[in-house]
Amino acid sequence: MSRHTLSVLVENKPGVLARVAALFSRRGFNIDSLAVGPTEHADVSRMTIVVNVAELPLEQVTKQLNKLINVIKIVELDPAQSVQRELTLIKVRADSETRSHVLELVQLFRARCVDVATDAVTIEVTGTPDKLDAFIRVLEPFGIKELVQSGMVAIGRGARSITDRSLRALDRSA
Amino acid sequence: MTEEMTGAQALVRALEHVGVDTVFGIPGGAILPAYDPLYDSTKVRHVLVRHEQGAGHAAEGYAQATGRVGVCMATSGPGATNLVTAIADAYMDSVPMVAITGQVVSPLIGTDAFQEADISGITMPITKHNFLVTEAGDIARTIAEAFHIASTGRPGPVLVDISKDALQATTAFSWPPVMRLPGYRPVTRPHSKQIREAARLISEARRPVLYVGGGVHKARASAELAELAELTGIPVVTTLMARGTFPDSHPQHLGMPGMHGTVAAVGALQRSDLLIALGTRFDDRVTGRLDSFAPHAKVIHADIDPAEISKNRHADVPIVGDCREVINDLLGAVRHERAEGRTGDYTAWWTVLNGYKTTYPLGYDEFDDGSLAPQYVMRKLSEIVGPDAFYVAGVGQHQMWASQFIGYENPGTFINSGGAGTMGFAVPAAMGAKMGQPEATVWAIDGDGCFQMTNQELATCALEGVPIKVAVINNGNLGMVRQWQTLFYEQRYSNTDLQSVRRIPDFVKLAEAYGCVGLRCERPEDVEATIRKAMEINDVPVVVDFVVHKDAMVWPMVAAGTGNDEIKVARDMAPVWDNEDDA
Repeated sequence: MSRHTLSVLVENKPGVLARVAALFSRRGFNIDSLAVGPTEHADVSRMTIVVNVAELPLEQVTKQLNKLINVIKIVELDPAQSVQRELTLIKVRADSETRSHVLELVQLFRARCVDVATDAVTIEVTGTPDKLDAFIRVLEPFGIKELVQSGMVAIGRGARSITDRSLRALDRSA
Repeated sequence: MTEEMTGAQALVRALEHVGVDTVFGIPGGAILPAYDPLYDSTKVRHVLVRHEQGAGHAAEGYAQATGRVGVCMATSGPGATNLVTAIADAYMDSVPMVAITGQVVSPLIGTDAFQEADISGITMPITKHNFLVTEAGDIARTIAEAFHIASTGRPGPVLVDISKDALQATTAFSWPPVMRLPGYRPVTRPHSKQIREAARLISEARRPVLYVGGGVHKARASAELAELAELTGIPVVTTLMARGTFPDSHPQHLGMPGMHGTVAAVGALQRSDLLIALGTRFDDRVTGRLDSFAPHAKVIHADIDPAEISKNRHADVPIVGDCREVINDLLGAVRHERAEGRTGDYTAWWTVLNGYKTTYPLGYDEFDDGSLAPQYVMRKLSEIVGPDAFYVAGVGQHQMWASQFIGYENPGTFINSGGAGTMGFAVPAAMGAKMGQPEATVWAIDGDGCFQMTNQELATCALEGVPIKVAVINNGNLGMVRQWQTLFYEQRYSNTDLQSVRRIPDFVKLAEAYGCVGLRCERPEDVEATIRKAMEINDVPVVVDFVVHKDAMVWPMVAAGTGNDEIKVARDMAPVWDNEDDA
């Protein structure tokens, strides 16, 4: 088993997320994380799906996804050749005594403090899952009151774009 | 040219433009606007069925008998959910079908309105694609897209759910619409490198088998298959979905593989060193335990659906493409191999296979008490009715006997519920097949259990003038389940006795009540005369109640969960395999 990051270009239509999510569950594949949002093209959304599967089932996932009519293109992003980021918001206990320690860690991890109250601060941090895990570990002793994490988004390094060609096809069919 | 009309009129006009001549359905509140212009259509005949499941299976039967898209129609809520079984069946057997359902008015969607069901959500996993249409202006384009998706690539069912307000609103209609399917590009042309590699393996193989599935007939490639088989001399097995794709009478045909396949077909796959799998999906009913399936074979796997390739069994040579193009290209590549002096020699292989064929032919036991063996009914049907008819079966023992003991010579002449195994398929599907092929004789072969699930469509057949013939193989039991109870549950016959021997219902009277002719046959000596009598009646449907012995079983059999080498030709009787080195 290993983690794979799939970038999936889909038509921006109602129900597409349900189709993709239902396909994973009925074929017995687990989604580690899923993020969906708009792209530079109004008719196209992009899903970043992280799955934890072996090589053969991954091929089956990709082929089954490709069969969905609303799926335009699927690319597996190699972690070494792509930028992969998650965003986490953490509300951590911080009173006058501990606040400076917490803020020091925020600096170290190049995170940002986005809200301050008398006994807590809220921190925004982006990065790879490893970095976020490390950050959460060092904050734990202070007392994490609330934590929310986005799905991973990822983009290939270099000048090439995975959307170029598929969007040209889309323009032709429109 | 653009015309103003209602969404409902646009729907009917679009159906006419895509060439629909028959729609099976039942009206109701939400779909009602569509039935008004349908009433006026001179091109589309609507067949009023008695249950939406019947509409769905009729559309499947029509599609499989004609190769065109079958169409069924229902209203929202329960009307739509009654189609679900047929849609699932069409999905499993890759049958091109479009289901059109009415939906509650769009402002009420999501409010648990009267007769509301989220049918696009419900059918998401059992359709090739589905649509929810809430704008009149989208109806024509969506219908064009639905028919395109259903009939191209790997065929399958597509559902179009249309809200009542979209049917009622006015829109501008023009034809043809521009389809918008940027994510749908089925590959039909096989890759030439893979074809050359396949041809090379075919020349090198010593024990090859052409493992032929339903995709070959769907690609209308029977003639090409025969050419390839005869050019190479390679033996052929045809799966349940491919019966008739290669003539049963052909000396290279070994029969059906799988759980109830012939010893020759099963043995050939098990001892093969090369499977040439064409339009087939290595279904568990064919492979038995995957880890002991065809253990010595390399695999060439050609299918139009890339997801089938290497799904269950690794393919050494994967070929994505339409089977007709694949076989045509293979023919060229094999001829090239032969021109270069590379030809496979399968003489030793045929010696082994002919041994299987002669030692283990399909057979059955007659009963000493003079009661009727179901297999005998099949043999007689085959003999008297012949290979130009269509035979339509449901699921269970009768289906297996129909597959084993009727000789199929023509592609597409055996229609049955393969992947889904749907009880109640036969009668409505036979109706659809007969409407698609009105000149042909259509026999539904049904079990007494199956028959009682959908026989209300006999009323539709009688009233619409669809003279199908139904052979009810009546053993008074859910026969296949009973067979498993006999073999695996110590003869504890829990809830499989339908008590049809008490003639509740009396199938002859039932047939008569539905305006059909009812016949009964209980003894072997009456079978021929009864079938001949049924063949003489061509103005109304005929139902024959063949009362057969309840202990007849389907053999050979590979028990579920075991490997194909464990095949039994009869209870506690295993074939003696030759030494591996003989081949």
